[in-house]
Amino acid sequence: MDNTQPGATDTIEPPGPPGEDTSSMTTLQRIQHVLHTRATLGPAIVLLLSLIVFSIVADNFLQPSNISLIIQQVMVVGTLAIGQTLIILTAGIDLSVGAIMVLSSIMMAKLSADAGVPGLLALLIGFAVGLLCGLINGLLVTRIKLPPFIVTLGTLNVFFALNLYISQSETVRGRDMDPLLLWTGNVIEIGGARVTYGAILMLLLFALMAFILKWTMWGRHVYATGDDREAARLSGIRTDRVLLSVYVVAGLIYAVAAWILIGRIAAASPQAGLTANLDSITAVVIGGTSLFGGRGRILGTLLGALIVGVFRNGLQLAGIDELWQNFAVGVLVLVAVAIDQWIRRARA
Amino acid sequence: MTTQEAPTKTPVLEAKGLVKRYGNVTALNGADFELFPGEILAVIGDNGAGKSTLIKCISGAEVPDSGTIWLEGKEVLFKNPLEARAAGIEAVYQTLAVAPSLDIASNLFLGRERRRSGFVGSVLRMLDVGAMNEHARSRMTDLGIMTIQNMSQPVETLSGGQRQGVAVARAAAFESRVVIMDEPTAALGVKESNRVLNLIRTLRDKGLPIILISHDMPHVFEVADRIHIQRLGRRGAIVTPQSHTMSEAVAIMTGATQVDEHGAHDLS
Repeated sequence: MDNTQPGATDTIEPPGPPGEDTSSMTTLQRIQHVLHTRATLGPAIVLLLSLIVFSIVADNFLQPSNISLIIQQVMVVGTLAIGQTLIILTAGIDLSVGAIMVLSSIMMAKLSADAGVPGLLALLIGFAVGLLCGLINGLLVTRIKLPPFIVTLGTLNVFFALNLYISQSETVRGRDMDPLLLWTGNVIEIGGARVTYGAILMLLLFALMAFILKWTMWGRHVYATGDDREAARLSGIRTDRVLLSVYVVAGLIYAVAAWILIGRIAAASPQAGLTANLDSITAVVIGGTSLFGGRGRILGTLLGALIVGVFRNGLQLAGIDELWQNFAVGVLVLVAVAIDQWIRRARA
Repeated sequence: MTTQEAPTKTPVLEAKGLVKRYGNVTALNGADFELFPGEILAVIGDNGAGKSTLIKCISGAEVPDSGTIWLEGKEVLFKNPLEARAAGIEAVYQTLAVAPSLDIASNLFLGRERRRSGFVGSVLRMLDVGAMNEHARSRMTDLGIMTIQNMSQPVETLSGGQRQGVAVARAAAFESRVVIMDEPTAALGVKESNRVLNLIRTLRDKGLPIILISHDMPHVFEVADRIHIQRLGRRGAIVTPQSHTMSEAVAIMTGATQVDEHGAHDLS
């Protein structure tokens, strides 16, 4: 073999992975290349920069109490975004996240408060509702072969209407429910910061899903299915089964988010989570996961959710009108997607 | 390998009287096929000669209407490509069935990942990434594809020839008995093509029989031991690079020369 191929003779260059020749690239191409190989680097830099900027702009930004407030503010959307990441990794999209979460939370709350079902059972039925909703989405995508966008646009309205019907459009107060449903709102002190169980649950879910995606067969198959479905099928992966399982797991995660939501607002409101659909997609996209599937990291999504939380919180502390918070998040999304497109054109 | 010794062995893969019709069109009209151990058999033929249908029947992508296929003397009937694959018939598709953003080792093991032993492997289905990287590395070294050093490099960062190498290594990596290659050099430059042809020879020298489908006559004549010429839905002739020239083979392929099955000119 001759050595004209990249990587044949070159010594390892620090920024790129070993065995690749980056010496002939321009600085811009090198940045593109590094971002291409390190998917979470971009969001990590953005988060770091925004932390630095806001700690200068707003005095009390870095207070432990404020940091814990940011985490409280992102934990529901962050948990939803775990499920959303799975679906976007398979080149799908889920518009029904908020509706599934609200339906699950109303089911849990109603069963406990009105029907007198024991807390644990109410919680498990709530989880089952989320799982079932995910199953319906998954079956429509894999069996009827409808595009995920259309499927979840439809079920968004169906699930939300069911939620209004079951709740009679009324909020269930926290004190009427079993304490177990409110458990996620409990607080422990960590170094002066008050952290809720819900936030810890979210972080554990992120860690668990990161592990699963990286180290299990299922995780590998999720990536392969999103990357090139036909290639995955020819390789012997049962892609329909992978897709279906992704929607089911996502549904279950949305139900866990419902539990965290009840703890956060100490109630179950049929109007909660209206913005959760787009917020969860925002977190995933800012976290560097490609909408075209097969590319992205779950930890990027955590960073993405935190970036949105930090921006909103920081701008608020700096005394800037809320409309500019939305403006800033919108710009972040556009920049993130533009960068993703650019990275995908990497010369490699 | 020569034609004289080939027929004395039992074929690895054999088909007799394959018929496949699509509506009014008869793609295969009683086609025969033999692949012997340790040979590179090129399959050539004009468009519509039934070349790809023949390969599809052998690789399980199509089920023939009639006819029989034997794998190592045992009659087989494949209902889909996965069954053929399970029996040891691996196909490298022209469209390279790789997952671009996954790394080389992941692609080599795609769909049949190695799992950890014990509970974490069987129940949690946890990957044994170390063993897969190890195996991938030794496999790639074996095949002389050592321009690729880093098994955790995404496949999309490889050149066309290297990707082809990954696809070929995958086909050859799992105790396969037959490897079918569909136009493996079609999308490659001269240098990369040569590398892939060398790879095909390497596999053959390791004892793996190969079916090579190609339009590229120079490539076919460079590596093939025998050449199966498909014509009008049947096997028109079998020739060797020694017995016939390229233009003679093309003449048989297009029907300009009439021959019997063994490539002797039909004088009757």
